[in-house]
Amino acid sequence: MATELVGILEKALSDKKRAGQKILVPYVCGGLGDWIETIHAITEAGADAVEVGIPFSDPIMDGPTIQEASQKALEAGVTPSSILSEIRRADFSIPIAVMTYYNIIHHAGHDRFAKVLADCGVSASIIPDLQLDEATDWIRIADENRVENVLLAAPSTHPDRLRRLAESSRGFVYGVGLMGVTGERTSLAGSASEIARRLKECTEKPVLVGVGVSNAVQAAEVSQVSDGVIVGSALIRRLLRGGGPQTAFEFVRELRKGVDAGLGNSLG
Amino acid sequence: MSVMGPPSASGRFGEYGGRYVPESLIPACFELERVFTEAWVDPEFIAEYRKILTEYGGRPTPVTELHRFSERLGVRVLLKREDLAHTGSHKINNVVGQALLTRRMGKKRLIAETGAGQHGVATATAAALLGLECVVYMGETDIARQALNVFRMKLLGASVISVTSGSRTLKDAINEAMREWVASVDTTHYCIGSVMGPHPYPYMVREFQRIVGDEAYAQTKEMLGGEVPDYVVACVGGGSNAAGTFAGFADTSAKLIGVEPEGGAAINRGIPGVVHGSRSNLLQDDVGQVLEAHSISAGLDYPGVGPEHSYLASIGRASYAMANDSEVLSALQLLSRLEGIIPALEPAHAIAYVIREAGKEIPLGSTVLVTMSGRGDKDAESVAQILGDNI
Ligand SMILES: Cc1ncc(COP(=O)(O)O)c(C=O)c1O
Repeated sequence: MATELVGILEKALSDKKRAGQKILVPYVCGGLGDWIETIHAITEAGADAVEVGIPFSDPIMDGPTIQEASQKALEAGVTPSSILSEIRRADFSIPIAVMTYYNIIHHAGHDRFAKVLADCGVSASIIPDLQLDEATDWIRIADENRVENVLLAAPSTHPDRLRRLAESSRGFVYGVGLMGVTGERTSLAGSASEIARRLKECTEKPVLVGVGVSNAVQAAEVSQVSDGVIVGSALIRRLLRGGGPQTAFEFVRELRKGVDAGLGNSLG
Repeated sequence: MSVMGPPSASGRFGEYGGRYVPESLIPACFELERVFTEAWVDPEFIAEYRKILTEYGGRPTPVTELHRFSERLGVRVLLKREDLAHTGSHKINNVVGQALLTRRMGKKRLIAETGAGQHGVATATAAALLGLECVVYMGETDIARQALNVFRMKLLGASVISVTSGSRTLKDAINEAMREWVASVDTTHYCIGSVMGPHPYPYMVREFQRIVGDEAYAQTKEMLGGEVPDYVVACVGGGSNAAGTFAGFADTSAKLIGVEPEGGAAINRGIPGVVHGSRSNLLQDDVGQVLEAHSISAGLDYPGVGPEHSYLASIGRASYAMANDSEVLSALQLLSRLEGIIPALEPAHAIAYVIREAGKEIPLGSTVLVTMSGRGDKDAESVAQILGDNI
């Protein structure tokens, strides 16, 4: 669609891709500990964008680590608007995508939520329980407000649907690396590179793989095929075990080196 | 066209329903929809489903007229006896259907969530019958209060996994079962226990439960000389026994009443929301976080409700009342003493409503059909604890 405006997130990631570089998007749980400083730290460590989770009571796409983080943040009293207004105040220098579950948006109302996101300087939304067939209205309203709604593609998605899904996705296309929920895995699933390959065949948009990408080696491995990675649980685990912005900085720098160097190079 | 017909192509009853699940599950939802739609018009499938429910499941279950209870209340009460179905509740109707579909899809493993344990027991039973592997997710709180059913599931060869997140009840058991399903969907069918979840579950489970309403319709017609009951009452957790019962009477003059627990009254106290795959009424806070329900009955201790109930409420075809824990305990005792029938805590909500409203919402002299969705054995221990010496 020639008339479609390319959003801030998609432009930033596409520029990176065109420059022959890989894209790194860490996930941070909104409201967990010193999360604003953490985002500043990982920006400095070389993140290209950040996925900020707005905690939901029933996160069915998340494994134990992100569940624990969400629970902790909710117990600390965070709300969608407290997180969004902190994002607004922080005025980050890299694009922000919020990740949340659909009921949070449904409850606020599509119009209102899209306007608030735009108002707070959020570029994109990622909603794991709002799949293509249910997303039409939200995508339309998000588009109107220049909010890029990222769709998730799964290893089980059929080829024709994958093409439609990639077409409707904004910002980038999120390839789910394995059949399962978020969480660290000891090795990269074969399905991670496979979903990246399948997506690259049907779209020019940036293709990032997330879910089950757990360390620099795995990030490097999947980035051989994808345009980059999303890393969540591995970072969140470090933050839950007492790590702060400095820990996040070091881990993201390690990931950065991994994706930049490519597989098998200077990871030591 | 029936008031309780099939949902729209996108799986909606009016504005309720849909398919709000991770992308990973979409192919499985489509496959299930296709396989169920084909099976449900396949005479061989239907014959096998009915044969199992007859020869193994004990169907048809009788309708019992409650003489002493009716005399006490001044309304004529008929009881549809799902407590007499194999495994002790209506849940068997649904799982036999889903287990047969599992075999038809070539899958060999069933997972299920359970609150009261009745759906877990029924799933474990159907799995044993058809030689399928079975894993049941159950909240830690429910494992404690429904210990008998936990042991039954184990005897039947199922593994029971204790869920320790959130409220440790049905809501969290569903979360965990869904997460597990995302990871195992290639080989595993998720046997959802009520009229909830993504399309086609709410429709499919209602169809598998409509045998309750279809039988009751024929039975009461016979008993009432061609008339239908004035009121048809059933308890509502997710809403499967109510939906199955209502399906038999939706196009008659009978007034349909669902009874929710006061501490988990999604229709009475919730607003539309999305959780566990569909859009329906939901107890939630002022930003959309799902609230925990609080009910004495593990099977009704759930903040949501099946989407078709939200629809029936929205068009006024069914109405939804509430019963509180203490009314329910009294109802359980009264029915036991007057009729020799010990209800489970879930259907005791429907009984409690009739006791409270006889001569009020329900005019004296009316005829009321109540679905006795299950027997009370599973609750004996926790009820004994609550009543203590007072019994
Ligand atoms: C006996 C009995 N009745 C009712 C229910 C509630 O389920 P539903 O509302 O789907 O009938 C349960 C659930 O465990 C049950 O065990």
